[in-house]
Amino acid sequence: MDPMISISGLSKTYASGFHALKDVNLDIKPGEIFALLGPNGAGKTTLISIICGIVTPSEGSVTVDGHDIVRHYRATRSLIGLVPQELTTDTFETVWNTVKFSRGLFGKRSDPAFIEKTLKELTLWDKKDSQIMTLSGGMKRRVMIAKALSHQPQVLFLDEPTAGVDVELRKDMWGLVRGLREAGVTIILTTHYIEEAEEIADRIGVINNGELILVENTAELMRKLGKKQLTLELHKKIDAVPAELSQHNLELAADGGALVYTYDTQADRTGITALLRDLHEAGIRFRDLQTTQSSLEEIFVSLLRTDT
Amino acid sequence: MNYFAVWTIYKQEMARTKRTLFQSVVSPVISTCLYFVVFGSAIGSRITEIDGVSYGAFIVPGLIMLSLLTQSVTNASFGIYFPKFIGTIYEVLSAPISFFEIVLGYVGTAATKAMFLAMIILATAHLFVPLEIAHPFWMLLFMVLTALTFSLLGFIIGIWADNFEKLQVIPLLIITPLAFLGGTFYSISMLPPVWQTVSLFNPVVYLVSGFRWSFYEIADVSVGVSLAMVGLFLGLCLAIVWWIFRTGYQIKS
Ligand SMILES: Nc1ncnc2c1ncn2[C@@H]1O[C@H](COP(=O)(O)OP(=O)(O)OP(=O)(O)O)[C@@H](O)[C@H]1O
Ligand SMILES: [Mg+2]
Repeated sequence: MDPMISISGLSKTYASGFHALKDVNLDIKPGEIFALLGPNGAGKTTLISIICGIVTPSEGSVTVDGHDIVRHYRATRSLIGLVPQELTTDTFETVWNTVKFSRGLFGKRSDPAFIEKTLKELTLWDKKDSQIMTLSGGMKRRVMIAKALSHQPQVLFLDEPTAGVDVELRKDMWGLVRGLREAGVTIILTTHYIEEAEEIADRIGVINNGELILVENTAELMRKLGKKQLTLELHKKIDAVPAELSQHNLELAADGGALVYTYDTQADRTGITALLRDLHEAGIRFRDLQTTQSSLEEIFVSLLRTDT
Repeated sequence: MNYFAVWTIYKQEMARTKRTLFQSVVSPVISTCLYFVVFGSAIGSRITEIDGVSYGAFIVPGLIMLSLLTQSVTNASFGIYFPKFIGTIYEVLSAPISFFEIVLGYVGTAATKAMFLAMIILATAHLFVPLEIAHPFWMLLFMVLTALTFSLLGFIIGIWADNFEKLQVIPLLIITPLAFLGGTFYSISMLPPVWQTVSLFNPVVYLVSGFRWSFYEIADVSVGVSLAMVGLFLGLCLAIVWWIFRTGYQIKS
């Protein structure tokens, strides 16, 4: 299948000379939920802003549904809905008017029934005549979403959709995102939180210092993360892993004072029973044992560390 | 052309004016009355006529031009500066519309508002002095061209300004003095020869002169020259806007 969004060799240097994106290459598949994960200042917003036409690229190109974002900007922008990171709205405007305005900007005739449906889905219907300044932060966030959805986009960008959002709203939001995906909308969201990406995304891209350092299926990433380590602290130090234990995936640690066993929690057999039996038979006694799971967080941090 | 989007911007901007309709109508009416009291009555009692036109009637085209200029510039500069300032410009930039359409939407609104006020002032003036308009078509043409040109100028200022001081400095330090010194309340021919020459470097002189001609058929410079000058300023502003579009100056990083 042709990618919905294709980014190639994309770089951005701001007027200040700051290199915000460095040779980013990425394909987003139609209908997937893609999470861009990265710390503050990684370049997530910059990347989104370029695709949406708010920031001009320095090098490289982007196509959306096969159209170039610069040469065929009308075609590409018509397909895209954007929920920006900042809650920027005309606070004097009413909810209804601001959503209607967004639709009109995209050249679409007013469709009160559709706007009504959108506002109801976002539980904003009873606020439709309220001025935006009278709304809470979470409601404003939903207004931004309603604006982005007002012209029925094929691609939706959510730049940190959960910033300042409570648990309840977050659940609703994921429900909405999944519903959109079912309707065939491609969704790209940014987040600082791994659990969030894990919860919602089909694929995850990790970005740091303007570089895309990893793109992986969430399931694949989870499988890698499924690895667990069992650390056995030994009574007596040993020089090497005894030959009779060689069929186990063991490593010597702590100067021979500990054995580390790595296993897959998602496998049918973890091999722990056999390992403990063999250890007993080999006469190796241990004082303590502990298990650790490498979290996405750890992988993320270690990725970032090797990167800088 | 995404006409519907242009229309959407236009309508939104007009709706924004409606929210402050009272002050946008009342303040020019009051200031026009004040000008009439101060200039029309006080000075008018000494200068009774200029070129066969009563002083009160003489200043009406100038007064209208004065408001048209300042209103066009302030409306347009604020109109585009405001979304830049609060950040809602993102929406316009990410919409499938061209820069030309954005300009059309914002400049169109600013020019409309300014002309609407000019009409109100004309009506108010009518209460004070009898008015005749010799060439209504030319009057309207000068009005439209002036409103467009100075709304474009305002748009440029609004794009250029990155703070409120900058937004106000040009209207305050350049437009207003030029308007007052541009023959709004007097005929250039009443000045000493040196100042007459200096005045010819003031673009507003041409606007006021041409506009006044359309009322009373009296002018400081010939109508053709006035029209050419308006065309020149319009072309200049369009060229700057085009350059902004080419470079993305101050709107896209
Ligand atoms: N207009 C600009 N001019 C100069 N530098 C900029 C500009 N906009 C962003 N930057 C810089 O580019 C880098 C990337 O910014 P960006 O907003 O894309 O990060 P981000 O990943 O979205 O961060 P966050 O998670 O905090 O939202 C930052 O270091 C930022 O300071
Ligand atoms: Mg960001």
